[in-house]
Amino acid sequence: MKALSPVGEGLVARAHKVRQVAAEHADDVDRKARFPVEALLALRQERLLGAYVPAAFGGESATISDIAAVCEALARGCSTTGMVYAMHQIQVACIVRHAQGDAFFAQYLREMAERQPLVASATSEAGVGGDTRRSICAVVRQANQITLEKNATVISYGAQADDILATARRTPEAVESDQALVLVRKAEYSLEPTSGWDTLGMRGTCSLGFMLRAASPADHVLSAPFADVSAQTMAPVSHILWASVWLGIATEAVRRARETVRAEAKKKPGSTPASASRLAELVNRIHTMRAAIWDAVHEYERRMATPDELASLAFTVRMNNLKIAASESVVEIVSRALLICGIAGYRYDSKVSVGRQLRDAYSAGVMILNDRLYATNATLLLAVRED
Amino acid sequence: MNESIRAILKEHARLSADVDALADDADLYAAGLTSHATVTVMLALEEAFSLEFPDRMMRRRSFESIAAIRAAIEELKGERVAS
Repeated sequence: MKALSPVGEGLVARAHKVRQVAAEHADDVDRKARFPVEALLALRQERLLGAYVPAAFGGESATISDIAAVCEALARGCSTTGMVYAMHQIQVACIVRHAQGDAFFAQYLREMAERQPLVASATSEAGVGGDTRRSICAVVRQANQITLEKNATVISYGAQADDILATARRTPEAVESDQALVLVRKAEYSLEPTSGWDTLGMRGTCSLGFMLRAASPADHVLSAPFADVSAQTMAPVSHILWASVWLGIATEAVRRARETVRAEAKKKPGSTPASASRLAELVNRIHTMRAAIWDAVHEYERRMATPDELASLAFTVRMNNLKIAASESVVEIVSRALLICGIAGYRYDSKVSVGRQLRDAYSAGVMILNDRLYATNATLLLAVRED
Repeated sequence: MNESIRAILKEHARLSADVDALADDADLYAAGLTSHATVTVMLALEEAFSLEFPDRMMRRRSFESIAAIRAAIEELKGERVAS
């Protein structure tokens, strides 16, 4: 059960409007590997970017469940749009949960609710082997200013974002794992692309590598240590919202499979087509996937009041497992949907095509490689005693 | 006890700072302790002090300093005596 708040129900209804716009342009976004500008405009019009901001700062106090449901709805129309929205919300959640008490960020939250800037993330860096909990670059402070130079291997929609939340060592003397988050704003940074983004799927996220150079006011550094932000919010919320995007992709593929089976049934009234039993299996799998995701979301929300419970090793293992399981389910479900849709599903020019969904689904296993999460879990499980 | 804890940190914590130079209340994470190394340190502490860290103590805060580790061990030993 979704159990959305009344705010959530309204948000999802608005998300379905954006979904229509996103779906209209999804093939073009995919083919040209271009950013979904139309969908972003619609997200702003529907005021969905700032929905998670607390009402005290002018937002709608949406819950993580609500945002997860929005991600799912958007991804049904366009996977890229769903993923861009998810990644933006992860940054919003980090600020809402860990920076409300900082004067600059309190004002920034108001701005997020009102002007709805799109926020990107710069956590990956050349030389740390994909470990976001280590940084080489450092925040350099001079009086009331800071400077930052980061060789980021990926900044999704970096060129299209308004502001970027970046990780760096807190000071030039700090060890690699002693990190801080810094918000750098459009006028304060330059980006120099260091790689392209010509990929199998999720082509419109424009996740190029960039050399990021920024000079910002010193109060743009979050006072909370990134270690806490990462364990309590960035990692679990990423897994939850990514999984919700994948659920949206899988749901759309199942819808197309269902349409195919129904069309076959209409051709021979009174008989159940052979593909109907394949569809029954498929629906079983998506119900399981949906249940696993919503169970994890509710577990997260239950623990939100106690930060220590969010940062426990057992919960980290659980969230890693959510990501692994959902990323495998989406590929399996879309692949099975393709077999039901048959050649019409394989073609791009049919209304039951699932080609784009299949390519997008394969991104799930490599957004943080599942093998890396299994390796982390293997270590953590040496210390965890109960499930 | 602090000396045994320091010896374990030296061997297992893979800190970038010199363990002997750290104050008892110094932040071990700022000295380079990672969550992976925390697991190794915990297993070594269990072996050395013949105790088990329950899940509720498997938190960042329990291992944030030499003093915090000592407090955790004393709490667990106290529980053992009490039970």
